Amino acid sequence: MDRGPAITGKSIPRIDGPLKVRGQAKYAAEYEVPDLLHAAIVSASIAKGRVISIDSADAKSFPGVVAVLTHQNRPWFWPFSFLYKDPAGPPGQPFRPLYNDRVHFSGQPVALVVGDTYEAARDAAALVRVSYHREQHSTDLAAEVSRAYKSPRRRLGLAPTPQPTGDADRAFSEAPVKVEATYTTAAENHHPMELFATTVEWGDKTVTVYDKTQSPKSVEIFLKVAFRLFRRKVRVVSSFVGGAFGLGLRPQQSVFLAVLAAKALKRSIRLVIPRDQMFALGYRANSIQTVSLGADKNGHLLAVRHRAIAATSRNEDAQDPMLNFSASLYRCHNVKLAYELAKLDTVSPCDMRAPGAATGMFALECAMDELAYATNVDPLVLRLANYTERDQSENRPFSSKALRECYAQGAERFGWAKRSHAPRSMRKGKELVGWGMATGVWEAAMSPVPARAKVRLLADGRFEVTSSITDIGTGTYTILTQIAADALEASIERVVVKLGDSALPFNPIQGGSWTAATSGSAVQAACNKLKKKILSRAKQAGIVGNGQSTELLSPAALADLLRLSDHDNLSATATIINFPFGKKYTGATHSAVFAEVRIDEELAVVRVTRLVCAVAAGRILNPATARSQIIGASVMGIGKALYEDAATDHNLGRCMAHSFADYHIPSNADVYEIEVLFAEETDDKVSPIGVKGVGEIGSVAVAPAIANAIFHATGQRIRDLPITIDRLARSRD
Amino acid sequence: MEARSNTAVGVTLTINGVERNASIEPCVTLLDLLREEFHLTGTKKGCDHGQCGACTVLVNGTRINSCLVLAVSRNGSEITTIEGIGTPDELHPLQEAFVRHDALQCGYCTPGQICSAIGLISEGRAKTRDEIREAMSGNLCRCGAYIGIVDAIEEVMAAPKRKTVP
Ligand code: FES
Ligand code: FES
Repeated sequence: MDRGPAITGKSIPRIDGPLKVRGQAKYAAEYEVPDLLHAAIVSASIAKGRVISIDSADAKSFPGVVAVLTHQNRPWFWPFSFLYKDPAGPPGQPFRPLYNDRVHFSGQPVALVVGDTYEAARDAAALVRVSYHREQHSTDLAAEVSRAYKSPRRRLGLAPTPQPTGDADRAFSEAPVKVEATYTTAAENHHPMELFATTVEWGDKTVTVYDKTQSPKSVEIFLKVAFRLFRRKVRVVSSFVGGAFGLGLRPQQSVFLAVLAAKALKRSIRLVIPRDQMFALGYRANSIQTVSLGADKNGHLLAVRHRAIAATSRNEDAQDPMLNFSASLYRCHNVKLAYELAKLDTVSPCDMRAPGAATGMFALECAMDELAYATNVDPLVLRLANYTERDQSENRPFSSKALRECYAQGAERFGWAKRSHAPRSMRKGKELVGWGMATGVWEAAMSPVPARAKVRLLADGRFEVTSSITDIGTGTYTILTQIAADALEASIERVVVKLGDSALPFNPIQGGSWTAATSGSAVQAACNKLKKKILSRAKQAGIVGNGQSTELLSPAALADLLRLSDHDNLSATATIINFPFGKKYTGATHSAVFAEVRIDEELAVVRVTRLVCAVAAGRILNPATARSQIIGASVMGIGKALYEDAATDHNLGRCMAHSFADYHIPSNADVYEIEVLFAEETDDKVSPIGVKGVGEIGSVAVAPAIANAIFHATGQRIRDLPITIDRLARSRD
Repeated sequence: MEARSNTAVGVTLTINGVERNASIEPCVTLLDLLREEFHLTGTKKGCDHGQCGACTVLVNGTRINSCLVLAVSRNGSEITTIEGIGTPDELHPLQEAFVRHDALQCGYCTPGQICSAIGLISEGRAKTRDEIREAMSGNLCRCGAYIGIVDAIEEVMAAPKRKTVP
């Protein structure tokens, strides 16, 4: 670039904002399709067993009902489970709805009712009678601890849990100060506000699938293979996604069933999964973790042991980087980690914002707080005493690490220096006040799969950028517009970005915080290519202007060029293959989160009155949308800390929550002040555009910071999430 | 549809100033009527149980959850949906403030938030930031855009009254 970045780095208002505030952004269930049928799922009421019979006579005779599909009358699909693999899937056999009579989890779809209206399908679904042969199920993680195992197969793309270093057992037993405790985290559901939905437009030549997904390309490939749609063109459109948080990483039950029904009936179908059935689409694995920290009297770590047992389903070994940061966050030479799974009769767990890290770091960061009190060292001072400039688990430097600045700037903004160390020592009115902090870390990586982007000059002198990547609310439209505008020296008004369509240039899944770095780099490369092309064409055509590229890319010069040359050829496509990062550096984003809670002593009601999140995430393309990402992730962290619990009745093997009345997510009244700071971090190694991604990091450290603040306020160490009123009151009484 | 037409009832609503008629089953909610029949999909469905506020519309100026209302029960009412608020060239001050404060991410809860905020402002009860937060708590946002939402509402509430739609 021959001029400094002008538009990237600025808080450009969200490009898709005006559409969204006017209700004009279209989501999966909102496409008008002629002759549309509607479908509704009948879900299993047992957790394990077989379907003996399905009586659908009443449902079929219900006015408006077109068909009732079950495993007995569904159309053919492949019997081989490996053909249903998707890039985000863990090792094992992917679940296929209506495959056979087996029931694997409560809430599993066992029939699909199709009607000419939504009401007909929904009401008739209640008339389908299913009888089961029940088998003994197990949904209680605590009861399965003795059967926990180390997964023999690692998930594609997941870094292994770091190998042990030194002798952690001995170092722990000999350490002058020891803390050891067991922590548990509840299963959580993603619950994006948009219901999972698919609208299938069934045609003889083309099948257009409007789907709520984080990867239109994976869904396209999945459908083609699974339903043998090779003779038809399959196009998956997800222009707008009403949140997903990981639940849309894999092809969901909704798209599977909607396409299945469309194929069976040769009709267009819409399936919207109601909120109660969304509990059965996937969950953040609940966990039981034990952390043992050994230290000298000043809090210098001598041993770190961290064992986690996480839930998975019978059919798959769901895995995430739960312990991948426990060896590298602090300096310590004796580390031993064990990441194990235990099989339950549930749907497979599914990545949820900061998968693994948000769970594992909760335990580690609470244990660090316990160590701070065991050694009588300020929690922040303790972190600084154990600061590491190298990733000791891989024995290599970080590509950049401004965590020290996060600590300093966050503490300053929060006023940490005014904290009194002793628990129960701060008060305001009749409320106890607690200040707690925690460190967060997430990997900064580019997608392991290549990404493509295309940019072309339009006849009106604007540039059109296309990519199959989605924008799930993260701001992808906006940052790609900024990147393109800078590369092409154009104003943002002259850039049109089209996303979320499998017919557009290939991009991998939107997840793991790698979209900005990966798809952004592809867009930048394509724009640079086009710019070169334009400049050389202009030269050939004798358009010289003042010789500056800015002038040659101006609307006037481009209009001249378009008159003289065929604009169809003025396009460029670029592919970005995982940046040659090699094994020389570890890429990571970091955060330091400071939390204030106020607790009504009598009622044990906790309010999170203030959060300061200091984040080091490389180059920030758009501070406004990045800030929103961190705030949003923090709000989810408040939910994790205080409310969210997809509790199961183990007698029934069924999730007891069916709605927002029994699965609480933070509401407006639960959120007070959240401040976000970005520590400056320049990194030319992590990605071609210096970006690390901000999607996950905001979620990592909030729950432990709140748990630690609750300890500081009350002197009660609650090691089980969520920290609900009853837990707090019980531990007090 | 024919098999069901014997129980269908006529309903007339004025939606965003335009009179609309439909013949629907009595069990059809106002939300489903708007979305499925009139293709006014700016009004969202997030729970269908009155718990999330994504379906908020204004009925005779009052904010309601349209998923909790049977369409026939509002026969003759004036309904304002997000499609009737602001224009592409001139956004409603709240819409404009939502964009400026980045009070949205995925945008799914946003039409409901804006309709709810218009209702809130015309109710005139919420005065402070805390009262806004409380009175907007029927509108969930899983993207967690609450701070921007309150910033936007506070700003518009404080602005000198100008004639606003609806
Ligand atoms: S859809 Fe009406 S309140 Fe949620
Ligand atoms: S903006 Fe996504 S739910 Fe509110």
